[in-house]
Amino acid sequence: MRLPARPGERLNRDREVTFTYDGNAVRAFEGDTIGSALYASGQRIFSRSFKYHRPRGLLCCSGSCPNCMMTVDGVPNVRVCAEPVRENAVVRPQNVWGSLERDALVVTDKLGGPFTPVGFYYRTMIRPRWAWPLYEKFLRSVAGLGKLDKHGTRANRYDVEHRRARVLVIGGGRAGREAAQQHAVAGMQVVLVDEGFVDPLEGVEVVAPGRALGIWEGGLVPVDAGRVLYRFRAEKIVVATGTIEQPLVFPGNDLVGVMLPDGVRRLIEDWGIKPAEKAVVVTVDEAGREAAASLREAGVEIAGVYDLRRERVREIVARGRGGVLRSVEVDGRKLSCDLLVMSGGRQPAYSLLSQAGARVEYDPGRGVFIPTDIPEGIEAVGSVAGEGLAGAVPAASYNGASGKGKCFVCVCEDVTDKDLKRAIAEGFDSIELAKRYTTVTMGPCQGRLCHVPSIRLYARENEKDEATIGTTTARPPWAPVTLGLLAGRPHEPAQRTAIHHRHKELGAKMMWTGTWRRPHSYGDPEGEAQSVHASVGVIDVSTLGKMIVRGPDSAQFLERLYPNRFGDMKPMRIRYGVLNSDAGRIMDDGTIARLDDETFYVTTTSTGAGAVLEWFEWWNAVWGMDVEIVNVTGGLAAVNVAGPRAREVMRKLTDIDLSNEGLAYLDAREAQIAGVPSLILRIGFVGELGYELHFPSPYGEHVWNEILDAGEEFGIRPFGLEPQRILRLEKMHILVGQDTDSESNVLEANMPWIAKLDKDDFVGKWSLEQVQERGLQDLLVGFEMEDGKVPLEGAQVVLEGTRPIGRITSSRWSPELRKAIGMAWVPAAIAEEGKSFLVTVDGGFERATVRLRPFFDPDGEKLRS
Amino acid sequence: MSFLLDCPNCGPRDVNEFSCAGEVTVRPKESPTLRELTSYIYFRRNVAGVQREWWYHRQGCEVWFQAERDTRTNEVLRTEIVEPSSRAGTPGPEAVATPDAPAV
Ligand SMILES: [Zn+2]
Repeated sequence: MRLPARPGERLNRDREVTFTYDGNAVRAFEGDTIGSALYASGQRIFSRSFKYHRPRGLLCCSGSCPNCMMTVDGVPNVRVCAEPVRENAVVRPQNVWGSLERDALVVTDKLGGPFTPVGFYYRTMIRPRWAWPLYEKFLRSVAGLGKLDKHGTRANRYDVEHRRARVLVIGGGRAGREAAQQHAVAGMQVVLVDEGFVDPLEGVEVVAPGRALGIWEGGLVPVDAGRVLYRFRAEKIVVATGTIEQPLVFPGNDLVGVMLPDGVRRLIEDWGIKPAEKAVVVTVDEAGREAAASLREAGVEIAGVYDLRRERVREIVARGRGGVLRSVEVDGRKLSCDLLVMSGGRQPAYSLLSQAGARVEYDPGRGVFIPTDIPEGIEAVGSVAGEGLAGAVPAASYNGASGKGKCFVCVCEDVTDKDLKRAIAEGFDSIELAKRYTTVTMGPCQGRLCHVPSIRLYARENEKDEATIGTTTARPPWAPVTLGLLAGRPHEPAQRTAIHHRHKELGAKMMWTGTWRRPHSYGDPEGEAQSVHASVGVIDVSTLGKMIVRGPDSAQFLERLYPNRFGDMKPMRIRYGVLNSDAGRIMDDGTIARLDDETFYVTTTSTGAGAVLEWFEWWNAVWGMDVEIVNVTGGLAAVNVAGPRAREVMRKLTDIDLSNEGLAYLDAREAQIAGVPSLILRIGFVGELGYELHFPSPYGEHVWNEILDAGEEFGIRPFGLEPQRILRLEKMHILVGQDTDSESNVLEANMPWIAKLDKDDFVGKWSLEQVQERGLQDLLVGFEMEDGKVPLEGAQVVLEGTRPIGRITSSRWSPELRKAIGMAWVPAAIAEEGKSFLVTVDGGFERATVRLRPFFDPDGEKLRS
Repeated sequence: MSFLLDCPNCGPRDVNEFSCAGEVTVRPKESPTLRELTSYIYFRRNVAGVQREWWYHRQGCEVWFQAERDTRTNEVLRTEIVEPSSRAGTPGPEAVATPDAPAV
């Protein structure tokens, strides 16, 4: 099937590549596409059509049409005519029940019935109503193109890259290359993008194959380069997308063996394939004649060339067997052939320009739509701007609808001329509405091959001209794009703490919290929690947000941001703070340590760090106070040593006075820990005597190791996030975002003591006053289950009689208390110590008792010890 | 949204580098009535036209500035870091919002 090697061909005939198609090995050359190699191996049927399951073969050979879509290495809907071969690729046909050659669903083509006319699903499937589930099941099984493996794992990595270009040229044809070169010679940075293969160009970065998906505001052009989505920002965009060859509409125009001229040219010139034995050409422009010449040269017999510009042809009918072309009848004259080249003229590929804001006008002289009013910053060059387009299309002289078979206007969606006429008869008199009703232009080719033919047909049926009918709106993406690519990794790097590798060595099970990787546990959450109560544990809390707030106004700044008081705070003391919005909602919480008169050290939640920094910076910009805010989150590591024996561990690491008098609860101290300058905060999120140590990140592992060594004799254990959650729940400490949502305020979240409403002003004060005035409605309370079953977080709180009145926000089994405990939002009337409510558990109801004070160490004696 | 924003410090950058805190509003001076409070918190002018907004260069210099943007075209007419003296009242976004992720 291959022709002798010829100059300019894409093949490297010295290098063979083998892949499998439907289980059989196919040999190809480097430079082949999967499609060209299959064609060379004798394959003619490449797919089954969307609706009628008609056999389809190569049509455009340029990645425009849907005819060659197959599943390659598990990725469905790959256009194999444009997909380069690669060793061991696994290629399978799709949209087939059986094989491409024998597809059971081809009955829809033969029978028609209720499944085929346009809009059938709006009309047919609605009665009888009881049958809808059956209809739906069937429709779902046959609808759509390609199948995804529901149990498949990620096959490919996709990435997003942000790029800039002084000049971005889209299209690597003659005009595009010239424009690229000119700009490069003028010293500009130029990037050239093309969907196919492009030879290198001096001074120009070439991205090929790559598909420009659209032009957005700000000169944004996303380019699909297979595994990478480039988001190009271009100062200037040159659109040189050229033209798209248009098919002709006649019965049998979708048979296997009917092709567009450029597809034929590619098979011969790029891949050295003799496309057929005997060909007929029907054309309205030079492209058909050129194809005929190429075919002759390749040794193909030309049975006839019909140039519609010169000859008057009334009727064209293509006939085949099994969906494969056997002959063409032109005005009753039958010519047997295995290739029919149809050329309906070339339409400028204006979609990108139109998206960018250009107008599109019909040029009756040339019979095509031409883009005009090109917006600033964009240039259209070459044939997309109409350059070199001769008057190609005479008034359609032949009758496309002769009643001798289906005439396809849109091969993607299997829309025929009859469907369009039916839509017109039903009153869809606007092309935009008809598009939505018939789905013409809405398939994989995105109108490349069906937009102009549908407008022509519409114009003729409505007895209007094309200019009046107008075009439908061009929308991105211009080419289909895989969802994987759109979901590719953005530039939001994962974060690891300085102690990350030690956690892994200690067998930690890691989990995501925001962008952070943190130990969920070291394999024994309950045991880890218990060792904190029994002896001592250590947790890495480096992920906490950390800020230094410094300046003459810093105390006043914090007074205005937080509901608490700070002005009266002594240096080296610590306060718990909750940040509110002006609507009175809880945004974040953390601790604030006053280091000296003008300096505060503020911690935030791990995931809230960024938002709190923004919040601080913003109010500082608004108020213009004399305050500097420095984010030191990444620069400092932090660990919390907690448990009754924490003091003994700490004593081995530092010389300072750690007695309860020397460093009391909520005291801060600067000290050397294991030789590292640190800030010690005596706080206790987990309810036991605890020391939170903040120190420079580079010493993370060193300090961690020293603590574990020092604690060995006391049986110290590292603990993860999950044990910490058990411990904090025992203390009824809230987790912002877990126990609170965007409606929660501190009064109803049971922290009324934190809001000093007698202060002049603070963010959220007025709204909290309003809450107080209207009275508390739902309150956050603790609860314990009577029978020990742990309800799901999110479970409903139910009143007798099964009316939902609240919800569970946190729940755990406490190994220390031997109880199922949790927190829940309940109406104020129930929010009293000892009252009870029902909770949904395992489909039934279980009783829970309200607890308002911490389950563990309610008076904080252990914390203060 | 895919337009460019001219950070007063860093120059034109992709809008995704910024977070937007919405239109500049005026925070009531002292104890507001319920009506004043709700209108400050919940009501926005939402103009079809040029609007003054707060923007934060999150993935850049971490500075808040104000921009005048035409909400119909996303054309940004000017950006500036506002000096405290000229800060008309105080704005109040409910929370620091993240711009919608772009389609691509
Ligand atoms: Zn900046």
